[in-house]
Amino acid sequence: MANGLVIGLVVFTLATFIGFEVINKIPPTLHTPLMSGSNAISGIAIVGALLVAGDRNWQLTTILGLIGVVLATINVVGGFLVTDRMLQMFKKKEA
Amino acid sequence: MNEFLPSAIELSYLVAAALFIVGLKKLGSPATARNGNAIASVGMLIAIVATLLHQNVLNYEMILVAIAIGSAIGAVMAYRVEMTAMPQMVGLLNGFGGAASALVAVGEFWRYITSIDAVPVSETVTIVLSVLIGGITFTGSLLAFVKLEGIIGGAPITFPFQQPFNITLLGIFLAGSAWLILDPHQPWVFLGLIGVSMVLGVLFVLPIGGADTPVVISLLNSFSGLAASAAGFVLTNNMLIIAGALVGASGIILTEIMCKAMNRSLANVLFSAFGSAQTASSGSTAGVTGDQIIRQIDTEEGAMMLGYAKSVVIVPGYGMAVAQAQHAVRELADQLERLGVEVKYAIHPVAGRMPGHMNVLLAEANVPYPKLYDMDDINPEFDRIDVALVIGANDVVNPAARHDKDSPIYGMPILEVDRAHHTIVIKRGMNAGFSGVENELFYQDKTMMLFGSAKPVIEQLVSAVKEF
Repeated sequence: MANGLVIGLVVFTLATFIGFEVINKIPPTLHTPLMSGSNAISGIAIVGALLVAGDRNWQLTTILGLIGVVLATINVVGGFLVTDRMLQMFKKKEA
Repeated sequence: MNEFLPSAIELSYLVAAALFIVGLKKLGSPATARNGNAIASVGMLIAIVATLLHQNVLNYEMILVAIAIGSAIGAVMAYRVEMTAMPQMVGLLNGFGGAASALVAVGEFWRYITSIDAVPVSETVTIVLSVLIGGITFTGSLLAFVKLEGIIGGAPITFPFQQPFNITLLGIFLAGSAWLILDPHQPWVFLGLIGVSMVLGVLFVLPIGGADTPVVISLLNSFSGLAASAAGFVLTNNMLIIAGALVGASGIILTEIMCKAMNRSLANVLFSAFGSAQTASSGSTAGVTGDQIIRQIDTEEGAMMLGYAKSVVIVPGYGMAVAQAQHAVRELADQLERLGVEVKYAIHPVAGRMPGHMNVLLAEANVPYPKLYDMDDINPEFDRIDVALVIGANDVVNPAARHDKDSPIYGMPILEVDRAHHTIVIKRGMNAGFSGVENELFYQDKTMMLFGSAKPVIEQLVSAVKEF
C-alpha cells in the first residue's frame, strides 16, 4: 500500500510539471474558458465516485458514491458545455 | 477476458490522460480552443466508460440514474447561465467537483472501518487529506458563489482574532487526524474533521473582498483539481491523480497571473484582506481633500467628444458586467466606427470577478477578440488616444497606484487612461471602488464624469452619436 502511495506521488509530481509546461502561456482572452474547461476536467472525480458507488450491497458508501456521481456529472457536463458555449462566441472577424 | 480487462481499463485511462493534456494545450490558443475543449470531453467520456467496465462496478441502474440526473442539471445550467454570471457558475462547479472528491474519501473511509479491522496508515492519511481539500473547496466555492450572486455583500467580512481562530481550527484538525491515524474506528472524530474542513472553507473565503475574487476563484479552481488528485491517492487511481494534477497546475498558473496583475503576493491577498477595511479607510481620507472638484457632463456632450475623436479606447470593468451593458457598448463602438473613429478595448487582467471576465462578455456581444488589448500593449498608446472611455472600472485606472506610496493599491499595474487627451468615466456615483480607495483620476482636469448606470447611459450615447 505504501508502494502505491509512492507511485502515486511520482505520477502526481510529473503530471503537475506537465500541467505547468502545457498551460504556461495563455492569452488573457482565454483565461475564463481555460478555467471552466479545466474545471470540467476536475470532474474526473466522477471516476472515483463510480468506483465507490459500484457496490451492489446497499450501504452508506454506495449512497455517498451515488451523490458524488451526481455532483461530479454536473461538474463535467456543465463545465464542458458552458466552455463550448463561450468559445463559440470568440470570433476573429466580424460575422 | 478477465485478465485482459484491468489492463484495458488502465490503457483507456492513459488515452484519456493524453487527451486531457492535448485538450489543455489547445485551450491555450483562440483558434484551437474549442477543438481542445471537445478533445478533453472525449477523454472524459473514455475515462467514464472504462470505469463502468470495472469488475467492482455493478450497480448500473442507480449509476445511470445518477448520471442522467447530473447531466440534466449540468446541461440546463450551462445553457441557461448568463455570460455575466459566469464567475458564479465556475465557482459553483468548482464546489461540486470538490464535494464529489470529498464524498469519495468519506465513502472509502466508511467501507474500510466497516469491513476490515486494520486500516493502513497511508489510507487514513490520504483520506483525511482528501476530506480537508475537498471540504474547503466545497464550502469555499459555495460562499464565493453566494457572494458573487449578491446574496450577501462582496465586502470582506472580518471578526476579531480571525487568524488565531483559523490556526486553532487547523490545529484541531491535525490533532483529530492524528487520533484517527492511531485509531481509525472513530466515526465521530471523522465527522468532526469533515465539519472542521467545511468551516475552514467558509473562513478562507469570508475575508476576501470583491476585487480579489479573481484570485480566489483561480485558487479554488486549483483546489478542485488537487481534491480530485487526493481522491486518486485514496483509491490508488492514476487517472484521478493525473487529471487532478493538471487542473491543480492550471489553477495555480492563473492564480499567479492574477496576483502579478495586482502586484501582490498570494499570501497578501489571502491574509492581508483581513485588514483591508482599515487600511482602505485611512487611505481614502488621506488621499482626498474637500476642495477637489469634479467635472460632470451629460450624454450629449459625451457623444460630441466621442464622435469627433480620432481614436477611442474603451476600458470596461465590473460595472459593465453588473449593468449587462456589453451589447450597448458594442453598439456604441459600431456607431463610432461608422464615423471613422478608431475604437479599441483595453482589458486589465483583474477587471471583473474572474480571470478573462471582460473578454467573455465582449465576445458575447460579438466584439472580435483582436480588438481587445492587454495592459502592456495598450499602455504605450494612451498618449496618442483622444478619448479613454472608462465604463464601471475604478481601481484598475487609479493613477495613485503609480505614485502614492500610502495608497493600498500602490504598485499595482494600471491602465494609464489619465495619459489620454481626455477621459470620460461612466459611473453610478462617487463611491470608492471595492478596495475602498478614492480615485484621483476623477478629479483631474482632463476627466469628465458621466453619472448613471452603464447601460442606459451608453444607450443614450448611442442614440446621440447616431444623430451625427
